[in-house]
Formats: sequence, structure tokens, C-alpha cells
Amino acid sequence: MEHYISLILKAVFVENMALAFFLGMCTFLAISKKIEAATGLGIAVVVVLTITVPVNNLLYNSVLREGALAWAGLPNVDLSFLGLLTYIGVIAAIVQIMEMVLDKYIPALYSALGVFLPLITVNCAIMGASLFMVERDYTFGESVVYGFGAGIGWALAIIALAGIREKLKYSDVPNGLRGLGITFVTVGLMSLGFMSFSGISL
Amino acid sequence: MADASAKQVLFEPIFSNNPIALQILGICSALAVTTSMNVTLVMCAAVIAVTAFSNLAVSLVRTQIPGSIRIIVQMTIIASLVIVVDQVLKAYAYEISKQLSVFVGLIITNCIVMGRAEGFAMKNGPWLSFLDGVGNGLGYSVLLIFVAFFRELLGAGSLFGVSLMPVVNEGGWYIPNGLLLLPPSAFFIIGLAIWGLRTWKPEQVEEPDYKMSRHVAKEAF
Repeated sequence: MEHYISLILKAVFVENMALAFFLGMCTFLAISKKIEAATGLGIAVVVVLTITVPVNNLLYNSVLREGALAWAGLPNVDLSFLGLLTYIGVIAAIVQIMEMVLDKYIPALYSALGVFLPLITVNCAIMGASLFMVERDYTFGESVVYGFGAGIGWALAIIALAGIREKLKYSDVPNGLRGLGITFVTVGLMSLGFMSFSGISL
Repeated sequence: MADASAKQVLFEPIFSNNPIALQILGICSALAVTTSMNVTLVMCAAVIAVTAFSNLAVSLVRTQIPGSIRIIVQMTIIASLVIVVDQVLKAYAYEISKQLSVFVGLIITNCIVMGRAEGFAMKNGPWLSFLDGVGNGLGYSVLLIFVAFFRELLGAGSLFGVSLMPVVNEGGWYIPNGLLLLPPSAFFIIGLAIWGLRTWKPEQVEEPDYKMSRHVAKEAF
């Protein structure tokens, strides 16, 4: 249990997807003008990450990894080069399925998430989490926890940035720096803040 | 855009319509790889190759793809190209591919590739699309190399791993600025680069959300 708690804290703070690895930056910068939108997107990312990382973990361990097909009589087959294609396919498919399920059973949440759901397919944070999961050899349990933690960390970062940007638009920024430029500098400062977690080993 | 000349398509994205500074595309995967020039150049070459060839491939089949499944078709093309790049890197530049770790795979979700395939290659012929891919890849590379130049020079006192400013630890005079090797510095450098670019080309400046209105109320006396 302790192991999982430390893993989740690490995924949320020390290895924050957005601020330490620059993942999901496009959506992070594009959809952080309003807190409501940022919250919706954050929730969507948490849900998708919590589902896709474990699914990809199962696929990797039971199909793609070297020797994983031994049960089918193919002990020497190493399909790990197909990984990238598989993960992105899984992510796209799960996002599509989630969209349909939400539309049918929880229409309120569906309309709240709106356009953000399909956008998530091309969010690097989702893909990145799957790749990190493979690189670090997480077990199934760990991958569930890691997916959830990474999602929470990303959501936290985008909501915080949206809060700052809502105030920032009232300030008098030099012409060339207005908009994207000052946002980058802000994210840099936030990232500097999150760096202070980096010495913590759990 | 259809009658744009080849030269325009190739060079416009470099400064006038830079994918990172103006279109907010593709910042995701690559900032973590800009700590040294070597790694950055490899990453840039990989991205240029993938954008160019995915644009070419998407453009070739653009009339055959049904609209409803085009995203997944584009994804498959891009993912296959990235797998090729990944395997080539693993075969010929294993050390660098280790340093790039997951970021080669993340070229798939790099919005530049996807954005150009969807926004340009679906509407234009193969040759122009190919050039557009190269141009956008170059625009991305220019900014990335700019960032990497400052990060490596000021952070480690070297370029391409060759020591230019001997650091104090090795008996030299330069005290390296460790901050530049850490993630936040990339944000600052890009923010400042955008500031510089927009001062040079003022038409890229964004409209303010709010303007301070003039003080018009008459005083009471």
C-alpha cells in the first residue's frame, strides 16, 4: 500500500506530466483561458489516463513483449516494435468508446466535456504515460495508480494555469509578450515551483 | 493556399507562420530534449522526416479517405512512419535514442504532424504538401535549435559536447548556470524568443482581451 501511495505522489508532484516533462503542452496552452474549460478537460484527461494506461499495460505484457506469446506456441516472437501503433490505436478507440458511452448514459457530463474528448486522442500526456509505463516496467496494479496520478497531476497544473491566466488578462503586458509569450513565462515560473518537489524521494 | 508558390509554402512557416510561436503546435514532445545540441539535431531531423513524409502520404491518398475515419487513417500513417524512425535511430544511433527515450514515440502525438496533415495535406497536392511538411519541420527546428543553443552554451559551457567556455569544475573560468539545464528554462527562452519574434514582426502581436478605457467622467467641481 505504501508503495502505491508513494507512486501516486510521485506521479502527481515530482514527475508532473505538464510541468516536468512538457507533455500535453498544446492543449495545456490552448485551453487554459477559462477555469471551467480547464476543469472539464482535466477531468477528461484523468478518466482517459486511468483507463488507457492499464489497458496498454495488459496489451504490452500479454501480447507485445518479447516471449509474451509463449502461450500460443511462439516463444521467440518480439512484437514490441508495434508498440507505438498499438498504443495510439488503443487510445483512439477508448476515447471513441467513452464518447459513445457518455453520450448514452451520462449526457450531462458528455455535453460538459464537449469538444475536449476527441482532442484528448492527440494529447501527448496520454501517449506519454503509456510509454513511461512501458519504459519503467510497471505491473498492472502500478499502472492503474500511475495513470490516475499522472492524470491528477496534469489536471492540477492546467487548472492552476487557467486561474493565473484569468487574472493575467487584466494586466498590462508589453505588446510582443502578450498572449502566448507571457503564458510561456508563467508556465516556466510554475514549473520552477514544482521543481522544489524534485528532491523528495519517496 | 492552393495557388501558393512552392517557395512560399517552404519558407513561410519558418518565421512568418512559425508552428511553435504562432500556431501553438507541437510544443509538447520536444522541450525536454533541448538540453544539448546533438540530441536536438537528431530530434529535429526525425520530426522533419516524419512531417514531410506523412504529409506526402496523406496527400497521396486524400481523395480515397472517407471523411469520418480520416483521423484514424492519418494516425496510422504517422505512427508507422514514427516506428520506422524509431527503429532506424535504435539501429544507428543507439546512445542518442536512449537519451531521447519516450520522446521519439511522442512525435506521433506532436500536433505539428497531425495539424499539417489535417490542415494542409488533405487539401493540396503531394509535392506542395511535402514542401509544407519540410517547411513546418524546419520552423520547428529553428526554434528548437535556438533554445538548445542557449541551454547548452550557458548551462554547460559547450556546444555539440565540445567545451567552448571551460567550466570552473575543470579548472576554467566559467561558472555554468545550472538552471538552464532544468526544464523551466526552456519555457523562459521560448517566451523570450516569441517576444523577440513579435517585436520584429509586429503583425503577430495578439489583440488584448481588455483595454483600459479612457478616463471620461467629469470631476464634480
